[in-house]
Amino acid sequence: MSGGDEERSRIDEVFAACRAQRRAALVGYLTALDPGREQSLARLRAAVEAGVDVLELGVPFSDPTADGPVVQGAMTRALAAGATLAGVLELAAELRAGWDGPIVLFSYANPLLRLGPAIGERLAAAGIDAVLVVDLPPEHAPELRAPVEAAGVGWVSLVAPTTPASRLPAVARSASAFVYAVALRGVTGATLEIDEELVARLDAIRAHTARPVAVGFGVREPAQAAALAPYVDGVVVGSAFIEAAEQGPAALAAKVSAIRAALTREGEAAR
Amino acid sequence: MNDATDPSLEFGPYGGRYVAETLMPAVQALGEAWREAWPDEGFRAQYRRILAEYVGRPSPLTPAPRLAERIGAARVLLKREDLNHTGSHKINNCVGQVLLARRLGKTRIIAETGAGQHGVATATVCAYFGLPCVVYMGAVDVERQALNVFRMRLLGAQVVPVHAGSATLKDAINEALRDWVANVDSTHYLIGSVMGPDPYPTMVRELHRVIGEEARAQCLRLTGELPDVVVACVGGGSNAMGIFSGFLDDPGVALVGVEAAGEGLQGKHAATMSKGALGIYHGMRSLVLQDEDGQLQEAHSISAGLDYPGVGPEHAWLRHTGRARYLSVTDDEALEGLRLLSRTEGIIPALETAHAVAALRGLAQEDPSRTLLLNVSGRGDKDMHTVMARHDASGEEEQR
Repeated sequence: MSGGDEERSRIDEVFAACRAQRRAALVGYLTALDPGREQSLARLRAAVEAGVDVLELGVPFSDPTADGPVVQGAMTRALAAGATLAGVLELAAELRAGWDGPIVLFSYANPLLRLGPAIGERLAAAGIDAVLVVDLPPEHAPELRAPVEAAGVGWVSLVAPTTPASRLPAVARSASAFVYAVALRGVTGATLEIDEELVARLDAIRAHTARPVAVGFGVREPAQAAALAPYVDGVVVGSAFIEAAEQGPAALAAKVSAIRAALTREGEAAR
Repeated sequence: MNDATDPSLEFGPYGGRYVAETLMPAVQALGEAWREAWPDEGFRAQYRRILAEYVGRPSPLTPAPRLAERIGAARVLLKREDLNHTGSHKINNCVGQVLLARRLGKTRIIAETGAGQHGVATATVCAYFGLPCVVYMGAVDVERQALNVFRMRLLGAQVVPVHAGSATLKDAINEALRDWVANVDSTHYLIGSVMGPDPYPTMVRELHRVIGEEARAQCLRLTGELPDVVVACVGGGSNAMGIFSGFLDDPGVALVGVEAAGEGLQGKHAATMSKGALGIYHGMRSLVLQDEDGQLQEAHSISAGLDYPGVGPEHAWLRHTGRARYLSVTDDEALEGLRLLSRTEGIIPALETAHAVAALRGLAQEDPSRTLLLNVSGRGDKDMHTVMARHDASGEEEQR
């Protein structure tokens, strides 16, 4: 496989393994510390045991302007239970002790800024593999990306449906971990319909990056995941997992299994 | 794309475009359209014509001798933005931004509002141009500004109460941003203050620059000299930037912004300049009221229009450079200021403006020989319910 002197990242390993299994990776989002520490840890463990390949761990924020009501609700519950960024990193470290899959930290810029120049070491020490900062476009990304990448933590870039062709190369190239293609205009938790425009957009992104491309925003049901799987390296599910998790870890595990089963590319099923 | 210093950080380390990628192209297009439209004489003429024919500009400059005598100042002058159509300075910005939205081919306008003055001004200009309008307003503000909610609905706007978070101005902005992300192709987000991502802080200041330019000329005509001190209240900071911009290049003119100290700086307040720290919030890098973990703190002020935990980036910069200084005034002092201007000059100011009124006495005491110019950003009709709730509802006062 590698043979190079650089160790391959957990993220690269997982996407390569999924490719070998002829399926898209399942990127699962849950808000950390929702509704409290112990229940959150139980949910996260249930999710990774049921088949989440890449865990996207959300940092609770008081003013999540890019998120819909489901994620807002999760963040409000977590903050009411006393969530802090230090608490999120401690939770990640505990999960990391029993699981070797990649963890991507999803955050708004302001909580991360408070970590100062030590941000890279803090994230790396907690076992975080990459960071996605929703309100930090590439123009402003260097102020956090530089210290993060210096510590060996990857950067996830967002491409939106509104990103024009002229802007696409720079946005796509700014990703060192993977590209997160936002499937629809709007906030998290809306409902996605897959169309030719989306497929064409994914092709355009791939023309500018060799990094894996995952699609999210609006993926709620196995049928949507199955329809996306042939076109993408990963499918991101968030709000639907939070809703399932509110019924307990078993309901969450069932939802994860159902979506995961749908990600095998039709006609290419691995043995 | 440039990994070096970002030129959109227009105000030293403050400003920028900290928005989700989905909004980035819209914000860039708006910036380009603005920078093209504002120097365009045709655009400027249309804006000026509407300000004259519809808004009622220029607004007068009123000498306030009884107030000056009461507080021990040589002279007090009042810039009367309360006399604009809709009762505050807010409409200057709304006229300009709706003209720009039409130029961009947008067919729907959304806005946030705190006190309701920006919402009313937006609804008014949308009615004038026949554009659909949605105004987001915190549920707490819907309650305390019922009259303005009714006015907006009468003008044909849809008012959406926001129950999330503290249910005040910041939450209304969150919800407006979510609407914009979902409808960015058809919709212009008409931000009501000198805040948010570039170009808003610059654009909104320029659209209120008329306040400062008029006041400067009027003051020279009336007194033969410039004022010594220019005073305005600061929430997001639009009326203050408007009047300050007329005097920024006059080094002899002191600029003073007045924030809401709420129940006091040790308690619940909205004094971002005194107590805020550098942060990224609502699309900008500026001072923000936040805890040590980067979570926004709930602001408090008796005045809905000042009840905001952030502040426009140019104010942060003016404070940083020392060009302006910022004071804070409590709820109780503001109520006192409202009564003071009402009793001495027969002008009932908005509770926002009342904060700036309350700061005048201290400024007069620093040096009684100075001319103080106060921006009367809005009139107080909308606040009568709030004031009545805090005082004897009969309205009678102890005689002084």
